[in-house]
Amino acid sequence: MIGEWGKLRRDPRVAWIAFAALAVLLLALPFFADWAFGRAWVRIAAFVLLYIMLALGLNIVVGYAGLLDLGYVAFFAVGAYFYALLASPQFGLHLPFWLLLPLGAGVACVFGVLLGAPTLRLRGDYLAIVTLGFGEIVRIFLVNLNAPVNITNGPQGINLIDPIRLGSFSLAQTHTALGLGFPPVYNYYYLFLALTLAVVFVSIRLENSRIGRAWVAIREDEVAAAAMGINTRNVKLLAFAMGASFGGVSGGLFAGFQGFVSPESFTLIESIMILCMVVLGGMGHIPGVVLGAVLLVVLPEALRYLGPLQQLLFGKVLRDPADLRLLVFGLALILVMLLRPSGLWPSATRRRELSTSPDTAAGKGG
Amino acid sequence: MNAPQTSGGKLLEAVGISKGFGGLSALSEVSIAVRRGEIFGLIGPNGAGKTTLFNVLTGLYAPDSGEFHFGGARLTGLKPHEVAANGIARTFQNIRLFANMTALENVMVGRHVRTRAGVIGAIARGAATRAEEAAIADHARRLLDYVGITRRAGELARALPYGDQRRLELARALATEPLLLALDEPAAGMNATETVELKRLLEKIRADGTTLLLIEHDVRLVMGLCDRVAVLDYGRKIAEGPPAEVRSDPAVIAAYLGGALA
Repeated sequence: MIGEWGKLRRDPRVAWIAFAALAVLLLALPFFADWAFGRAWVRIAAFVLLYIMLALGLNIVVGYAGLLDLGYVAFFAVGAYFYALLASPQFGLHLPFWLLLPLGAGVACVFGVLLGAPTLRLRGDYLAIVTLGFGEIVRIFLVNLNAPVNITNGPQGINLIDPIRLGSFSLAQTHTALGLGFPPVYNYYYLFLALTLAVVFVSIRLENSRIGRAWVAIREDEVAAAAMGINTRNVKLLAFAMGASFGGVSGGLFAGFQGFVSPESFTLIESIMILCMVVLGGMGHIPGVVLGAVLLVVLPEALRYLGPLQQLLFGKVLRDPADLRLLVFGLALILVMLLRPSGLWPSATRRRELSTSPDTAAGKGG
Repeated sequence: MNAPQTSGGKLLEAVGISKGFGGLSALSEVSIAVRRGEIFGLIGPNGAGKTTLFNVLTGLYAPDSGEFHFGGARLTGLKPHEVAANGIARTFQNIRLFANMTALENVMVGRHVRTRAGVIGAIARGAATRAEEAAIADHARRLLDYVGITRRAGELARALPYGDQRRLELARALATEPLLLALDEPAAGMNATETVELKRLLEKIRADGTTLLLIEHDVRLVMGLCDRVAVLDYGRKIAEGPPAEVRSDPAVIAAYLGGALA
């Protein structure tokens, strides 16, 4: 049975069919979500994609290089404010999206190195504390950089950010193609989808590379990695920079999509949610991290339906869903960690850690 | 790079190495010279400073004074990865493998220092990067075969039996193409048969052109394998020479059996 399944999985035709099915599913998703659950869910789908990018960025730092970063949202903030400041009435600048996106990624990279450089000697708890501080510093700067010179507009945030335009194609307008209407939120969904796929692609390539192996080697044993000739300083900084660049891209998209950014969006709890996505999904395993991001964005939204559900079951709303929502969400997180300590979808190697001795594993093949 | 070299010339020369931790002097004025192509043993009672000397020579500690040259280059105070790039590879007393990587991946990491692909190369994965990746995997497989654990290639390092973990650590170190392979108690925890196999493997490595420096407690292994040994006691070198000579040195006997008998 397992052998049959394994053979089926290796068949390239099956892989292509699965790939095509997934592509159709992802392309049709906004139409289906809109039709079945309403326009709000198309927006949620776009947010899922933003968080997948964030989670994959953090996965490089935490999952591969093993550096516990509790201030990751700072890079999201840097990307978002970079876009917001240079494409809004704040300074009267309206730079084009195609320029701001790579620049934003680059600026986030620089911030990644800025955070990484002083923390190179730290690991575990100590690193977590410093990165947590870094995340807060960035947020507090955003709150306070409105005096004496107003840069960030303080706690009010920046409004009227330019919607994303690709050349003369504005994502903020409804377009018609193939007899189908594409409202703004659909356009954003497709742009985010394309960039998410790019981020997944980059993640996969990095994972199976000389650099990816060096990251994992540092996670496993830093002293041995250095003795094998790995420049641990540079390779760690590279992990911070790469992770941060994904955050920067995601932040720029967020700013263009929302049209508004404020420091409130970049609190510690956001960092922790992104970390949860990585840990809950399966650290260091790309499909697991993607799954983690999907669940952690969708679940809190889906739990808003606890009100109507109570109405349906008991004929009246017994408890305010706003109260129940976070309770059930927290309970779900605890259950997952108890039942699947290495994540919902850990990598094959992680699974093998829990399997029996090598001799019995070899015996299973025969 | 691994071509057999004629023995004779000095490969590693450490002069007057001292290292203290707080008020404790772990090494004082230790000098050793390892010749190309030989197997050099470093012995001494527990706490004599052998591992400290290893850590100085591999860049893990910076010495308080003294310096060492390797293949003509001054390596004092260099970082571990720079020392590795210069051609010194090591193993550890308590095995330090990348536990959650497969045996093959462990050895592939050892190729890091002799390969180049960076982030751009990894993402674009052009012809050069693909060729390099293939060469890394190929080289790693040959090394697994060389140390005799080909069948373990796909297993996690942590799941390997003890003896195979020691061999894997050797293969990983060899992957950096060292001129000098420094082994910290390679036979620790091995039974008699495994020790004999290890001896054969180490002789093969030497025959293939790598100079060996080893710390070892197994006296029979040291006597049978090493061309020359140096004896450390309380951070000082008390003897150096061919094993047979050193064994009958009164200072060495005293160090091992206690000062009262000297």
